[in-house]
Amino acid sequence: MEILFTGLIGLFFAAAVYLMLSKFTIRILLGIVLLGNGVNLLLFTAGRITREVPPIIPADASTLGSVAANPLPQALILTAIVISFSFFAFLLVLTWRAFEELGTDSTDEMLLAEPRDEPLPPTGY
Amino acid sequence: MAAAAPAWTFIALFLPFLAAILAPFLVSRLGDRAAWIVALAPALSFLHFCGFLSEISAGEVATGGYAWAPSLNLSFSWFIDGLSLTFALLITGIGTLIVIYSGGYLKGHRHLGRFLSFILLFMGAMLGLVVSDSFLMLFVYWELTSIASFLLIGFDHEREAARRAALQALVVTGAGGLSLLAGLVFLWNVTGVTQLSLLVHLGDALRMSPFYLPALFLVLGGAFTKSAQFPFHFWLPNAMEAPTPVSAYLHSATMVKAGVYLLMRLNPVLGGTPAWEILLPFFGGVTLVAGALIGIRQTDLKLMLAYTTMASLGLLTMLTGFGSPHAIEAAVLYLVAHSLFKGALFMVAGAVDHGTGTRELPLLGGLRRAMPITFVAAFLAACSMGGLPLFAGFLAKEEIYAALATGNPRAVFFTAAALVGNALMFAIALAVGLKPFVGKGNQTPLTPHEAPVALWLGPVILAALGLVFGIFSPLLHAYLTSPMASAVIDEPTVITIGTMPHLGLPFGLSLLTVTLGILVYRELDRARALAAQMLEGLGPGPDRWFDQFVSGLVRFSARLVRIIQPGRLEIYITATFIAVAATLLVPLFLFDELPAMPSGPAGALVQEIAFFVIAALGIVTVLRAADRLTAIVSLGIQGFAVAVIFLLFGAPDLSFTQFMVETLSVVILTLVMTRLRLSVTDHRPPGQILLDGTIAIACGLGFALMLLKAVGTPFDPFMTDFFNTYSKAIAHGANVVNVIIVDFRGTDTLGEIAVVMVTGLAVLALIKLRVGRRAS
Amino acid sequence: MNTLILRTVAPVITALMLLFSVFVLLRGHNEPGGGFIGGLIAASALAIFGIAHGPGAVQRAIRFHPMAIAGAGLALAAVSGLVSIAAGVPFMSGLWIYPDILGAEVPLSTVMSFDIGVYLVVVGSVTAIALALETEPDGGAGEGEGGG
Repeated sequence: MEILFTGLIGLFFAAAVYLMLSKFTIRILLGIVLLGNGVNLLLFTAGRITREVPPIIPADASTLGSVAANPLPQALILTAIVISFSFFAFLLVLTWRAFEELGTDSTDEMLLAEPRDEPLPPTGY
Repeated sequence: MAAAAPAWTFIALFLPFLAAILAPFLVSRLGDRAAWIVALAPALSFLHFCGFLSEISAGEVATGGYAWAPSLNLSFSWFIDGLSLTFALLITGIGTLIVIYSGGYLKGHRHLGRFLSFILLFMGAMLGLVVSDSFLMLFVYWELTSIASFLLIGFDHEREAARRAALQALVVTGAGGLSLLAGLVFLWNVTGVTQLSLLVHLGDALRMSPFYLPALFLVLGGAFTKSAQFPFHFWLPNAMEAPTPVSAYLHSATMVKAGVYLLMRLNPVLGGTPAWEILLPFFGGVTLVAGALIGIRQTDLKLMLAYTTMASLGLLTMLTGFGSPHAIEAAVLYLVAHSLFKGALFMVAGAVDHGTGTRELPLLGGLRRAMPITFVAAFLAACSMGGLPLFAGFLAKEEIYAALATGNPRAVFFTAAALVGNALMFAIALAVGLKPFVGKGNQTPLTPHEAPVALWLGPVILAALGLVFGIFSPLLHAYLTSPMASAVIDEPTVITIGTMPHLGLPFGLSLLTVTLGILVYRELDRARALAAQMLEGLGPGPDRWFDQFVSGLVRFSARLVRIIQPGRLEIYITATFIAVAATLLVPLFLFDELPAMPSGPAGALVQEIAFFVIAALGIVTVLRAADRLTAIVSLGIQGFAVAVIFLLFGAPDLSFTQFMVETLSVVILTLVMTRLRLSVTDHRPPGQILLDGTIAIACGLGFALMLLKAVGTPFDPFMTDFFNTYSKAIAHGANVVNVIIVDFRGTDTLGEIAVVMVTGLAVLALIKLRVGRRAS
Repeated sequence: MNTLILRTVAPVITALMLLFSVFVLLRGHNEPGGGFIGGLIAASALAIFGIAHGPGAVQRAIRFHPMAIAGAGLALAAVSGLVSIAAGVPFMSGLWIYPDILGAEVPLSTVMSFDIGVYLVVVGSVTAIALALETEPDGGAGEGEGGG
């Protein structure tokens, strides 16, 4: 079973990195979304995988048996999903607004913060 | 008050800091009269330390302190012996006079309060420095004096010269401070103690250690920079950009002596070795002669004094390292005498400046009628500096020659250096203390007038003390110099030298010095030309190197930034992911830690495999998407496939969340994408595709292998068991995932929802706030 | 996108989804669900309503600015943690009471109020983002046709 997960996660990471290496902001954004899913699956797999039994304590028991899925990574991933979503929304809007203000979606042309041929800083006191 | 309670000493140590806080308020209320009130703080400290005199002169030490971080063996503790006490009295005593003097010197200046505050800050730091017992406290105060000096030199911050001098002093002494810190760490590692009082008895162990030389060099790096020894001397004359009270106090009487203090304090520990007895006298001697020569070349009263201060510091270093008790006694006597006469002369220079509007020697003359009180103070101080009988300076000079002129061949060089230095300093003393006041009057920018009481009180008291100490030398020896010399040598010592000259070689040398000094003074202009000629030949000094160093540093960092920060995002990301891939893969292959390959997807159900394939297809489609719709749809596909995978493997909570998030993502992606174009193809040249593809595959492989490796190790269910066991029992919840989120790790969740909310605000701000042009 | 069918069905769907989201929120402690999921469901409901009738209509329907709802949620969550301190136990310790309401024992806890806080923050923030994006950049069209 792990080999399936591992393979998919490897694909997620490879695709995410390839997209993030692009010059264009929207592709970088798509890469970040894939990276988020890849990381979530990575955490999920690292907590070991169990089929179909959710970590919910039955009404007639007081503790969870060992056959159920591991709840700890699930708790971590659940918040991670929501945070990734907010982050995605923010980046999406940032990309759009940058496109609107700068008229480009190529990171090479976004040079407001690091302009080329900047003069030397003053050497006096 | 002999056995004062530790609390009183603590208060005395912190009184200057307290006054530093209050000074600006007092000045804004009372104007320059506030200085007289502020001066009470150092005066009270002075009185407190006077209370130690009888105890210390009886050969005892006073200690006290409070635990600071006991687990690290750190404490705020003080240790007062003859050396510390003499310094403490000089600092607080001269400090009192300086505060009063400042009130007169900067009368009406709009930043007088700030100035007093800085001076008192420095005073507190210096006082703490000389009574510190623990290394850390010593270092903290040491750096604090550097910072206070920076603030004071740059006080007149609207002039570039002042800014440069301040920065230079900070860089040089700050670098020295770091060197000292490293040296102290060496001392601590070798001996295992962090307190000076304990260290003093461990000298033998230290001198045997292989780390002796590194420790010595590092400590000397601190001491030499602080005390302006050649080749780090250049910051001191530049520091004369500061207002005159600062020059009189920090840069002659106290701060620059911190280096000498350190050398004296560590003499029992580091001293007595060939390295110590070669390095210190050599650098001290060079500093002495160089300082005197450059000093005679100057025409500005303050600069002349500045270079003689440098020369005096060289003399002190030379004597401290000379290696005989006699030389130490001479150093102690000279240190006390120097603080008195040099402080007085600097204040006189300030008073002359105040009274005439200039400090240029050729412009000054005949001031004795207009400024009689200042003249008396100047003349007395100059006599002490020149070492004329009856003055404290005389005791010091006799002792110096007695110590140096031992007939030892090694000593001949140092005797010659002392002779030349002393003669030139005597000439400068006369030039500063006599020449402006005699002869015929010159035209000066202001009509000469006597300084107000605040300006002459300090010089008069200090100059008079030079005479009193000379005449009543047994008193001086009993209470100040003998205990101090005992502390430096680390065995009881009694200084006996009196003011009556006794015939012998030292007296002969003294006579020679005075004769030479008077000769140079009479031919001052020719001596100045001669010194200038000698120095021209040496080329640019370290002062110029400092400028070149600073501008070189700026150019270097600008060039470096251009290389590591070229302004192209893809380069940063490429570098980051190459590092990530290397971090993941290199150790796996290097240490042969590759995971065992599991055998195929055994036991996987068809529907499970199907969703893995769908997710993979979604990813590949996202990679190849050429238009908006394909990108959105394929992104949704992989997301929903992941949601189903979560559901199939026992995570319904994750699955629902993922479903909702994917739905909302598609909605807002659609909303934004309609306003944004997606480049039809991802323009990458083939070479770029190869490079990016390699990095991407390496990263994917790295994460996959790391995961396999992790899954292959035995699972530690400690945390999981805890949650499974206590979820219902303690937190009354059956859904363990939810219980972890809202109860066990609730504080985390609080932080996370705060992040969600901040993102919402940021998005709103991005959308709603538009700069100018898009109004319609 | 605002066809007649969507505009007719949207209010009903939204109402049902909102109800469902509260259900998911409240049962979250013992069954799959909770504040995060509930909040996302509610936000989706409001987003659908917004697509059909315009952001102005949503804004009027929920009365408060969505970020104000989120802020209230964050405050509620923080206060739920602080109550524990007032009760003399460490920050964020769960406190439970079991009042008898209409003959049934109803378990109430600071944990539940905390989860409600989470719900409100997620609803508020996500709705704010969605509404801001649904509003046309020139600020006219979307709001104008709302209310129908």
